[in-house]
Amino acid sequence: MIKLRVDWRASLDLTGRVLTYLAAPLCFPLAVALYYGESSVPFLAAIAVTLVAGTALRKLPGDPGNLGPREAFLAVSLIWLLVAAVGAIPFYVSGTGILAHPVDAMFESMSGLTTTGATVLRDFSLHSKSILMWRQVLQWLGGLGILVLVTAVLSELGVGGAQLMETETQTKNVNKLTPRISQTAQLLWGLYGALTLLAIGVYYGLHLVGLAPNMGLYNAVAHALTSVSTAGFSPEPDSIGAFRPVIQWAVIPFMLVGSTSFVLLYFAINGDPMRLLRNEEFHFYLGVVGVGTALVVAGILFDPTIEYGAEGTLRHALFNVASIVTTTGYASTDFDLWSPAAKHVLFLCMFIGGMTGSTTCSIKSLRWLVAVKSLKRVLFTSIHPEAVRPVRVSGNSVDEETIRDIFAYLLLSLIIFFLLTVIIVVDGARAGTVTEFEAMGGAASTFLNIGPAFGDAGPYGTYASYPRSTRFVMIVLMWIGRIEIIPVLVLFTKSFWTS
Amino acid sequence: MHVVVIGAGEVGTSIADSLDESHDVVVIDIDADRAEQLKYELDVMTLAGDGTSLSTLRQAGVEDTDMVIASTDDDRTNLVACETAKTLANPFTIARTKSVEYLRTWEMTEEAFGVDFMVCSDLLSAENIVRVVGLPAAVDVDPFAGGKVQMAEFQIMEDSPVAGQTVAEADRFESLTFAGLFRDGEMILPRGSTKIQAGDRAVVIGSPASVQEFASDLAPKTTPGEADEIVIIGGSEIGYHTARLLEERGLKPRLIEQDHDRARYLAEELPNTLVMEHDATDTEFLAREHVDEADIVVAALDSDEKNLLVSVLAKRLGTDRVVAIVDSASYVPLFEEIGIDVAINPRQVTAEEITRFTHEGVAENVSVLENDQAEVLEFELSDGCALVGRPIQEAVADLEGDIVIGAITRNGENIIPRGDTVLEPGDHIVVFVETSFVDELTSRV
Repeated sequence: MIKLRVDWRASLDLTGRVLTYLAAPLCFPLAVALYYGESSVPFLAAIAVTLVAGTALRKLPGDPGNLGPREAFLAVSLIWLLVAAVGAIPFYVSGTGILAHPVDAMFESMSGLTTTGATVLRDFSLHSKSILMWRQVLQWLGGLGILVLVTAVLSELGVGGAQLMETETQTKNVNKLTPRISQTAQLLWGLYGALTLLAIGVYYGLHLVGLAPNMGLYNAVAHALTSVSTAGFSPEPDSIGAFRPVIQWAVIPFMLVGSTSFVLLYFAINGDPMRLLRNEEFHFYLGVVGVGTALVVAGILFDPTIEYGAEGTLRHALFNVASIVTTTGYASTDFDLWSPAAKHVLFLCMFIGGMTGSTTCSIKSLRWLVAVKSLKRVLFTSIHPEAVRPVRVSGNSVDEETIRDIFAYLLLSLIIFFLLTVIIVVDGARAGTVTEFEAMGGAASTFLNIGPAFGDAGPYGTYASYPRSTRFVMIVLMWIGRIEIIPVLVLFTKSFWTS
Repeated sequence: MHVVVIGAGEVGTSIADSLDESHDVVVIDIDADRAEQLKYELDVMTLAGDGTSLSTLRQAGVEDTDMVIASTDDDRTNLVACETAKTLANPFTIARTKSVEYLRTWEMTEEAFGVDFMVCSDLLSAENIVRVVGLPAAVDVDPFAGGKVQMAEFQIMEDSPVAGQTVAEADRFESLTFAGLFRDGEMILPRGSTKIQAGDRAVVIGSPASVQEFASDLAPKTTPGEADEIVIIGGSEIGYHTARLLEERGLKPRLIEQDHDRARYLAEELPNTLVMEHDATDTEFLAREHVDEADIVVAALDSDEKNLLVSVLAKRLGTDRVVAIVDSASYVPLFEEIGIDVAINPRQVTAEEITRFTHEGVAENVSVLENDQAEVLEFELSDGCALVGRPIQEAVADLEGDIVIGAITRNGENIIPRGDTVLEPGDHIVVFVETSFVDELTSRV
């Protein structure tokens, strides 16, 4: 008989806890439903399931024991999967439109929780305000990471909390702001909450002074929940394009702040802004936004079919490049109508991502920065074979093991991206026409947790036009992509389970 | 003065040696044989024991001592010894350390560890190298008067423009004084008519700019602006600090280190240095890396033999100047004889630095030249001093020994010393003087 080396009981216990905690955020859309006189059944059902399932997992026989590295891998993977499953219950129970199908309810929930922002909704008017708000809340929860949230709540996690946060974000060293990991997590969530409140204030403030007529309190809250979290859902079918330019300008800084390292933001707010301003990853990430914007501006200017005017051109270019690089996925206009050149720039931007330690997804700037620097080193050492040159980021040298991990991650991401593209093309061939480029866009957009792609799944489109089987695969890949591949993949290795 | 020296290694011995003539010296060493042996070598009292223990220090009479010099090879022993001495009485304590970290800590308060003066031998040696690197053709450089004045010693070559000229003829540099000449091991105090010959070593004192000007006149090909191709061989602490100090001056040296981990460490610590991991005694490698084109090669490996080897290799490849670290003082002349331009002995450097405190209270700064034949001293003139209020020519004539006043700074300004210059109280003077006359001079100033 195979002896399991994983103390699965510890992982399930934690998963159970997290599920029971999910009852609290579910109360928010429930309140919205009661306020607008909509059905509260979907949320009550979800609350019931989450409490029962959570408690059941905790009541399993055996001693919960301790959370080690293996248990953390299992817990991280399970929590993201099960929370998404419970998050799908209100969609499924509400039973309106396409969400009546379990795969689509799950797609919407996973897309929300992983801050992807890819939607299957076709007709937004079919869905109640409370259901649309639940999508926004899911994204906000997923933004900074549910495990960071759990660590903030559970001070008794201690050492295990650091383990969980490292596993969730695939970083070697959780940057502790305080001696206790739970305090660090509290500070990060405090900052996250404060930024969200600020966003609500700004959006609603613009409405109150009359600059944004349709940005009422409901919309202000809904969009604030998904801008700092770089998530991208919007209760409006036209996304941010439904609002006046002033709102579009106001959203840009919040997307950018959301994809800046929260640890560095914390230092900047506490009187040490130079740590952020001197950070090379920050320069790189803003540089990508800058260069991408310039290229898109050029793409728009050379396209005679598009007329935005000077301000509009800059706004749409900056907005959409920032939205894609930060993996938010808002749209200010239907960029699917842009020239192939401009669309290709956006496609390439999908692979960058913001800073590590932020709410952003995708590959992340740090990995590219390290990769570019180590490639430069390869060129140098081929001329001077004896040269010893550490790869430095912001003056600190990166150890060789980390560099190997980064290249492995990049390779793994590319393999998954290409496989997913193949699946979409082959599967899509049955259903209708998906061009190679649209398939690549869809693959990158879901796997890298961005949201909009091109063609039918464009900024104003829906993923409902892909076959359901493709959407099922996408659910899995959004899940894998958000927790950075490794925690899920290790579960499929034999050595993970056996001695 | 009663002085206790802890540690009878090379540094301790060298310090005791330079102090024993005019002071009462007690040397403590943990090795009884070594202590016993030293008793016959020097006119000092020796004690076998642990320099950090109360009883040993009491036995050495620390309660009534003026100065304690902790100069063992172990940093922590030196620090604990100083702190222990301070608990017994209040002597002036000097500690020798290797770790720059302790130096940085001490610099925060200048009284940490109960140490009144800390000498970091590796850092001092590196600073010496960097000063020499900045002045091509110089064999020794020391700053005075807070950097406003420099003393430098140059080897005069056959093709040097001043070779064959008299001092009066050579004296065409503004604010530069020819303070002394060393010829065949003899010290000469130059007069206007003294001829400078090839092979001499000339000591000049003046503003850094004028010293620089003189240096580029002597060796125009390797003026500092162009001497930026620097190769350091060996990643010892001295090699590391040399690279670090050169980086601080905006240069980008190359450093060769054979040990993998050390090379990695150095590469991480030195962002503007190109670190290479290879055996520096591999001629092919040196040729491939164009070490011959380097303006300066610094040999800072951990053994004198290896340093000798790479220095010779570098010279043979055609490097302009080679500076070598020589651990054992007795090898220094050997290195210089075979054509290595500058040999720096860390222990000598440390001992020199410590010796300055034997003139504590009078001289502000000391530089020891040519195996202690002569010294360059800096004084602040007080009201009642014998030199004040009279023209230099007259005041100097009254002294029994010969001195050369190389530089004067008054209120932070450099004044060129001439025979008729009248010295004022508060002036800082930098003088060149024969070592045997130092005590006489310090008693008069």
